[in-house]
Amino acid sequence: MADYTSLDIVQRSASTDQPPTVRSKTEVAKLIDVSRCIGCKACQVACQEWNDIRDTVGENTGVYDNPHDLSAKTWTLMRFTEYEQTGGELEFLIRKDGCMHCTDPGCLKACPSPGAIVQYANGIVDFVEENCIGCGYCIKGCPFNIPRISQEDRKAYKCTLCSDRVAVGQAPACAKACPTGAIMFGTKEAMIEQADHRVVDLKSRGFDHAGLYNPLGVGGTHVMYVLHHADKPEIYANLPNNPHISPLVNFWKGGFKIVGLASLAFAAIGGFLHYITAGPDEVPKSEEQEAAHDAEGYTK
Amino acid sequence: MTNHWADIKHADVIVVMGGNSAEAHPCGFKWVIEAKVKNNAKLVVIDPRFTRTASVADIYCPIRPGTDIAFLNAVTKYLLDHDKLQHEYVNAYTNCGFIVKEGFGFQDGLFTGYDEEKRDYDKATWEYEIGPDGYAVVDPTLQHPRCVMQLLKQHVAQYTPELVERICGSPKEKFLQICELIATTSVPDRTMSSLYALGWTHHSKGSQNIRAMTIVQMLLGNIGMLGGGMNALRGHSNIQGLTDLGLMSNLLPGYMTLPQEREVTLADYMSTKRFKPLRPGQTSYWQNYGKFFVSFQKAFYGKAATKENDWAYDYLPKLDVLAYDVLRAFEMAQDGKISGYVIQGFNPLMSFPNRAKMTEAFSKMKFIVVMDPLQTETARFWQDHGEYNAVDPKAIQTEVFELPTTCFAEDEGSLSNSSRWLQWHWAAQEAPAEARSDIDIMASLHLRIKALYEKEGGAFPDPILNVNWPYEIEDAPRPDELAREINGYTLADIKDASGAVIPAGKQVDGFAQLTDDGTTACGCWVYSGCFTEKGNQMARRDNTDPGDRGIAPNWAWAWPSNRRILYNRASCDPQGKPWAERKKLMEWNGSRWVGFDVPDYGPTVAPDKNVGPFIMNPEGVARLFVRGLMRDGPFPAHYEPFESPQANLTAPKIRGNPASRIFKRDLAQLGEPKDYPYAATSYRLTEHFHFWTKHARVNAILQPEFFVEISEQLAAEKGVSRGDWVRVWSPRGSIKAKAVVTKRIKPLMCDGKAVHVVGIPHHFGFTGSTKPGFGPNSLTPVVGDANIETPEFKAWLVNLERTTPPAVPVA
Amino acid sequence: MTMQMSRRTLMKGIGAGVAVSSLGSLGFAALEPAMAASVRAYKLAQTRETRNTCPYCSVACGVIMYSLGDKSKNARASVLHIEGDPDHPVNRGTLCPKGAGLLDFVHSETRTKYPMHRAPGSTEMKRVSWDFALDRIARLLKDDRDKNFIAKSGDVTVNRWVSTGFLGASATTNETAYLTYKVVRSMGAVTFDNQARV
Repeated sequence: MADYTSLDIVQRSASTDQPPTVRSKTEVAKLIDVSRCIGCKACQVACQEWNDIRDTVGENTGVYDNPHDLSAKTWTLMRFTEYEQTGGELEFLIRKDGCMHCTDPGCLKACPSPGAIVQYANGIVDFVEENCIGCGYCIKGCPFNIPRISQEDRKAYKCTLCSDRVAVGQAPACAKACPTGAIMFGTKEAMIEQADHRVVDLKSRGFDHAGLYNPLGVGGTHVMYVLHHADKPEIYANLPNNPHISPLVNFWKGGFKIVGLASLAFAAIGGFLHYITAGPDEVPKSEEQEAAHDAEGYTK
Repeated sequence: MTNHWADIKHADVIVVMGGNSAEAHPCGFKWVIEAKVKNNAKLVVIDPRFTRTASVADIYCPIRPGTDIAFLNAVTKYLLDHDKLQHEYVNAYTNCGFIVKEGFGFQDGLFTGYDEEKRDYDKATWEYEIGPDGYAVVDPTLQHPRCVMQLLKQHVAQYTPELVERICGSPKEKFLQICELIATTSVPDRTMSSLYALGWTHHSKGSQNIRAMTIVQMLLGNIGMLGGGMNALRGHSNIQGLTDLGLMSNLLPGYMTLPQEREVTLADYMSTKRFKPLRPGQTSYWQNYGKFFVSFQKAFYGKAATKENDWAYDYLPKLDVLAYDVLRAFEMAQDGKISGYVIQGFNPLMSFPNRAKMTEAFSKMKFIVVMDPLQTETARFWQDHGEYNAVDPKAIQTEVFELPTTCFAEDEGSLSNSSRWLQWHWAAQEAPAEARSDIDIMASLHLRIKALYEKEGGAFPDPILNVNWPYEIEDAPRPDELAREINGYTLADIKDASGAVIPAGKQVDGFAQLTDDGTTACGCWVYSGCFTEKGNQMARRDNTDPGDRGIAPNWAWAWPSNRRILYNRASCDPQGKPWAERKKLMEWNGSRWVGFDVPDYGPTVAPDKNVGPFIMNPEGVARLFVRGLMRDGPFPAHYEPFESPQANLTAPKIRGNPASRIFKRDLAQLGEPKDYPYAATSYRLTEHFHFWTKHARVNAILQPEFFVEISEQLAAEKGVSRGDWVRVWSPRGSIKAKAVVTKRIKPLMCDGKAVHVVGIPHHFGFTGSTKPGFGPNSLTPVVGDANIETPEFKAWLVNLERTTPPAVPVA
Repeated sequence: MTMQMSRRTLMKGIGAGVAVSSLGSLGFAALEPAMAASVRAYKLAQTRETRNTCPYCSVACGVIMYSLGDKSKNARASVLHIEGDPDHPVNRGTLCPKGAGLLDFVHSETRTKYPMHRAPGSTEMKRVSWDFALDRIARLLKDDRDKNFIAKSGDVTVNRWVSTGFLGASATTNETAYLTYKVVRSMGAVTFDNQARV
């Protein structure tokens, strides 16, 4: 009875409407087993091929990472880290970066444009480019620094978890391609079970801190990692240790956004929000804490 | 591969040495991961660089390029010293007890019979002692001082862990850890799979690198076993097929050989082919050579090949040298002795060693013809591309043709993979613009040349005029017509082994039905069975896998005889029982060999007949000592690369492999460590395939620009930061590249001295979507393996400095 | 880049956003149209499938090629997507970065399309007809063979032609290789090799 291909929308940016709840839902997840990854970048190719995107041909900057960062035309990429353990043993840590499809998506909360970001019943967080206004708040709202605005059409892009494939019962292109099964796809439940087996195997091979990365700060994710060093996610090219949505976004999401929209003073509010979210560096710590305090008070 | 891709999942230990399978064969490598996850296998990677294969290894050990034999002979010594052999297997299935002729020896790095002038051996003593009964003499107690086992022990005695450390730079404790792990597979129910590729072949002693591991695998009883074997991971999609079909200077299809000048008549030729058994009752399958040869000549020359004219033996060219391999060919071309080259799907300007020599050679030719679906550098060797191809077109008088061909997406036919599977494929679109298939182009050329000979006459036109051309559309033979001819068919009514008549004009079932009286035709005997009266066996798509052995016997078709694991008789003990239930592949059921695979053996030959499992060998057993069959020795010995940072510690006077051929000009261009202190090695990157994917935009995005890899220590010494431009040079050329500074390459401590390794990837050039760059062949020496002339691309010397970016190429 | 967007651009963007979506946001959006717009149509729904083998390395992964056109007379097929064949016993649907990018090889901008000819000493390649190319090559081959063919070495018949070399491809089919062998060897050529070593 569970339909994980469901595209019923459960959350929609800048909207108050209630989604249908009658149909049962099953969440899907992609499990990225870093310990099985050989960094071949087949996932990068499969993603570009399936989604008909081709980034520019860049240059070598002295590392294997190419392209060097996510972009409107690079929705996933391998990040390589040469990590030396205290004993001197070298590890080549390779992490596939891309949208984590958070259960509590910061991008969606931050988005001021109605219906530009949606979350389906199966857990996929999708951008609806037609509704995107290119403001970039999704970037600020994302604790993983994933969405990118296209210079061509000024719209935000990121991994869709191949919602078009999942909708017809297929795995995302990257998961299908992955030669070593480092990317698995299935129900979230099955992926957690798979991760458990892998963690046992890794522990038997001496990785005492092997574990699953499914951070609760964002309500868990629909893209999870098996890490050999789950106690130190940051060594995998700065995977956040305890990701959470900026308090500012929660403040905005908590109701202020609705007021703003209704008043049609949208542009002005937008400007205000741009000011408060355009880079944490610009916001003094004290102000941020104050806002967080306010936000907390507001939502209570 | 003796085994096949999915079989790797059964391995308990996997050693990747002389290859980088995760990067070069990711989808085959999945079976390594499967073995780790499902079979609790341990993965060992031994490589000068910490590769992406190493990133998922249980043990990684560094090694200096070109020192694999020292390492592997030391593993052999470890197994012998610690008595970690599968004794019953070794005693029954190898030549360990065979007595070698008096006078055989090894001293100062040389085997008996060396001729320094000729760089060759007189191999008279590299043979078994033959008894009065005409058979090789064997001492089953293995005590005779000249038995193979004793000679092997003696040969590897000097290869201690300490010597490994001094030669290879591999830490002793890592080496011993690996030996212990490898030794665990000496028990009957554990196997090790050896995965290798060009990392072993691209050396002046490439064949012996492989031999060294083969000896280890035989001592452990891992050949013919599920999850075992020597697994050559071939580079290209059909290079197995082209080799099987004999597209080499000295081969006929199916590993038969082209005649040498001394083989004046067919009788002379045949006298050295039908190997007489060296032990009583052995199969020695090459005794059937005549059937394969005559059937081939009938397929090729049809009615013109008759018993009276020795099956048109004189239509075949005879060689005056071992082979006109490419190193020899371009040496001749440099002297203006080659008029032209017809190049099909190949980019020799970037692929053969010493690019400057290649450019000079091509410039001296009258014409070249390049048939390719992509715009190659070779077809543009005469174009000025600034620093990337600095030539003056006006000074080059070579006429060049570039003929557009179809690619896989537009053609139909079969490819033979590393597992020896022949898989049929179909076209999905029409050829772009005016591109034509290689078949049509070759057929058209043949017909036009034939027409010229018919009109004008000329040098010995007979084979051209009489070649068998039974194709419905003469200038466009169909793939299925050719496949049928390769399989073979009857020309007259014949009787099969059971006495049943097979009428004329039928496809044969396999090579067992071939005859030597001209009643059958067969293009390539090892492929016989691929297209029978039952239809195209290569197009089969039933992936059912009985017993979860990974064999899927009804998927496509494997040569020989749809056999998936070679020497599989050795998976059972001499009595015909599997060595272990979990490694069960087949067994003797009292009247037949039955199991998951097609037996590599007479299907009804009972175990008590004592027929050895290695039926192609006249001994019936595998060879730890390979007699005179290899040019550079019956046992592998450590030789340094021709350019090495270290003298040969086992024989200081010997440079390189003493039996390797090297031409004078190339010898004069070898560098010395005082001028070129760094050990260079070349390799593939997972993002690219050869020189092809730089033409595919998406792959160009993944790895857009040529680079070299160096350690942090060398970078610090040279003042190089990550992403800087560096110049790398050898006596043969100079290139510029971005520097990837990495912890994955470390200086190796060899005999007390730090050796820096410079890694140079293959893949970049001056055509395609990637940024312009160079190939390692601008720097590599022209010297090949002593047996098959594979160039020494994996170990040579360079120097390196920080530099400025190359000049922008001329548009 | 994103953050360098000027305030003015942002205002404009938001203005446009309001124009198309403010009604929706005020009037409590219709969920159904939003869903329809959000998911790309599955692009392979009606394409034609052809089984093939990856032409790169020797794993020989099975691939499925999806092409435009149903093979009807008036449709010209063109491959629009390539994916691993899940039935294949070795790759089981997976592909590596090379195989997954095969589409860009098939449609590469630097594919050869027409016979080209470069005259001695010329600085350019010119498009020629197939007949011109094949006739000229046949002539060059025959002339060299007639000039340099070695029929005898002493008394021994050797019938070999050394002076023109042939290199076989590494990704052509066995059938192509066999025919190539036939054409090359029947001329007595011995300077013949393939890509097995490099």
